[in-house]
Amino acid sequence: MNRINKKLEQDKKLLSIYFTAGYPNIDDTLTTIQNLEKNGVDMIEIGLPFSDPLADGPTIQASSTQALKNGMTSELLFEQLKDIRKTVSIPLIIMGYFNPMLQYGVDAFCKKCQEIGIDGLIIPDLPVDVYHSDYKSIFESYGLINIFLITPQTSDERIRFIDSVSDGFIYMVSSASTTGAKSGFGDEQEAYFTRIANMKLNNPQIVGFGISNSDTFTQATKHAKGAIIGSAFIKHVTDNGVNTIDQFVKTII
Amino acid sequence: MSYNINKKGYYGEFGGAYIPEMLYPNIEELRQNYIKISEDPSFKEEFNQLLKDYVGRPSPLYFAKRLSEKYNTKIYLKREDLNHTGAHKVNNTIGQILLAKRLGKTRIIAETGAGQHGVATATVCALMGIECVVYMGEIDIARQAPNVARMKMLGAKVVPALSGSRTLKDATNEAMRDWINNPVNTHYIVGSVVGPHPYPDMVARFQAIVSEEIKTQLKEKEGTENPDYLIACVGGGSNAAGTYYHYLDNKDVNIIAVEAAGKGVDTGESAATSVLGKEGIIHGSKTLLMQTNDGQITEPYSISAGLDYPGVGPMHANLYKTGRAEFIAITDDEAMTAGLELSQLEGIIPAIETSHALAVFEHKTFNPDDIIVVNLSGRGDKDLQNYIDYFKL
Repeated sequence: MNRINKKLEQDKKLLSIYFTAGYPNIDDTLTTIQNLEKNGVDMIEIGLPFSDPLADGPTIQASSTQALKNGMTSELLFEQLKDIRKTVSIPLIIMGYFNPMLQYGVDAFCKKCQEIGIDGLIIPDLPVDVYHSDYKSIFESYGLINIFLITPQTSDERIRFIDSVSDGFIYMVSSASTTGAKSGFGDEQEAYFTRIANMKLNNPQIVGFGISNSDTFTQATKHAKGAIIGSAFIKHVTDNGVNTIDQFVKTII
Repeated sequence: MSYNINKKGYYGEFGGAYIPEMLYPNIEELRQNYIKISEDPSFKEEFNQLLKDYVGRPSPLYFAKRLSEKYNTKIYLKREDLNHTGAHKVNNTIGQILLAKRLGKTRIIAETGAGQHGVATATVCALMGIECVVYMGEIDIARQAPNVARMKMLGAKVVPALSGSRTLKDATNEAMRDWINNPVNTHYIVGSVVGPHPYPDMVARFQAIVSEEIKTQLKEKEGTENPDYLIACVGGGSNAAGTYYHYLDNKDVNIIAVEAAGKGVDTGESAATSVLGKEGIIHGSKTLLMQTNDGQITEPYSISAGLDYPGVGPMHANLYKTGRAEFIAITDDEAMTAGLELSQLEGIIPAIETSHALAVFEHKTFNPDDIIVVNLSGRGDKDLQNYIDYFKL
């Protein structure tokens, strides 16, 4: 069983953290992953930086730009991660835009992920329809789970379709925004969270975008299985480096 | 085989809609409605009326006598520079603002490189009384100051794109991010035949008026609808798409696409996507784009802000890949020289983008009886300072 599915069976609210690989320093990738696991984080999204991250706000844009300046590439990330399973056992997901994967070769990219022990991928600009028709069999042949996003604007019909092709969890974008753009949730989010909960989907949902502290984590996970923190974590390591990750995690759970 | 778009939104293998889920409802709404709305008789009537009375169409097809004598061939200029706002861009913004109104949108966003599309968007927003926000790279704001002033005067808000190379590519990213953050009330008027399906096709359809008029006008002047060659500059490629549209599948007509070589295709400072690009995804479209081996999009360079884009529209990627069009790369120097030449031979100061298309005559020899139509896509008022600096006038 995939580590993501196993983790989702645990009777607890899950905290997932996104970070940009190779940021703040090129060699911080492993330390970040190890410190996150050590401090009780449940799942990690390793951000493969891209020059033109359309769905991201200024914080993740800046960390991506810096990581690329530091020399991060798909090849280097795989090199850094090659022995990761000797020290870390929690689910690892690579989150990145589609073009770098396309250039690496989708099959070769997935194969590498399997060799390393990556459990899933999140590719915001690979639409579920294209994935379903062109790439699903490749991902599945390497045992990789592909995670899809839904937003408050996604129709019920499309959510049902996404649920039907998902395995693992659904990434529930909390509001119509880029990453790090909004913090805190209002009535609109509450209504959306409740609407999705009432749909009784087959796959659990993990909420992302707009979660930055204990309050928003609690709010987001009232109905959902877990929550993802990205920009707030990037801001923390920008200011404090990767050796104080324990302090950040303590403010959430 | 057709060189136009297929039912799935692809030109050959190029096109599609590689967009984050956040943009899906907007793009889907457009995809389901753009043909239905734009083919509606009442839409067509309003569109054509505005093109006639407000834009000043049809634009003349002018026989450039002295230029033709110099190159010993027959050169016609399709005078899109005479449109209201000074370029072909307004054909598309008129179409899209009418579409946005019918979709009930109350706020317009746009990206702009040279500022021509930004001005054309600000203009139609003023015309319709709709809020307008234009994203423009910080570097372009500096080199296209007159257009920035025009947009402001027209009541638009100009927001500098500060990320990446701070040019057209980044302005497009920022506009897309704005759309993600404002998905319900906002329509994004994309200015070229780029972006996710249905944009390339929608913009091409609104620009198709250019080739529709060429057919009628050439028939009048030469007794044939078919020129031997069509020439247009290509950044994203909207003026080219309009010029080629009704001739795409007509093999009697040769197509030439002119890209910006910048300081030379091998200098590392170029925007010649067909030479330097590989297949990939930019701004939601599978097309040719300039990128590293690792798939990071690289920063293009051209003296012309309107051609300073690391991709081309998927229609053009397919024209290149299939060999339907001949692609020629023109350097900054060649373009500037051609711009000065047209000014002094014909009394027409072209936009620097357009000057690239005119530089083809120094590159390629045509027969004396060849009929050539060049899309004179924009006027050079906005570029005066660049011409003055370059030639030390």
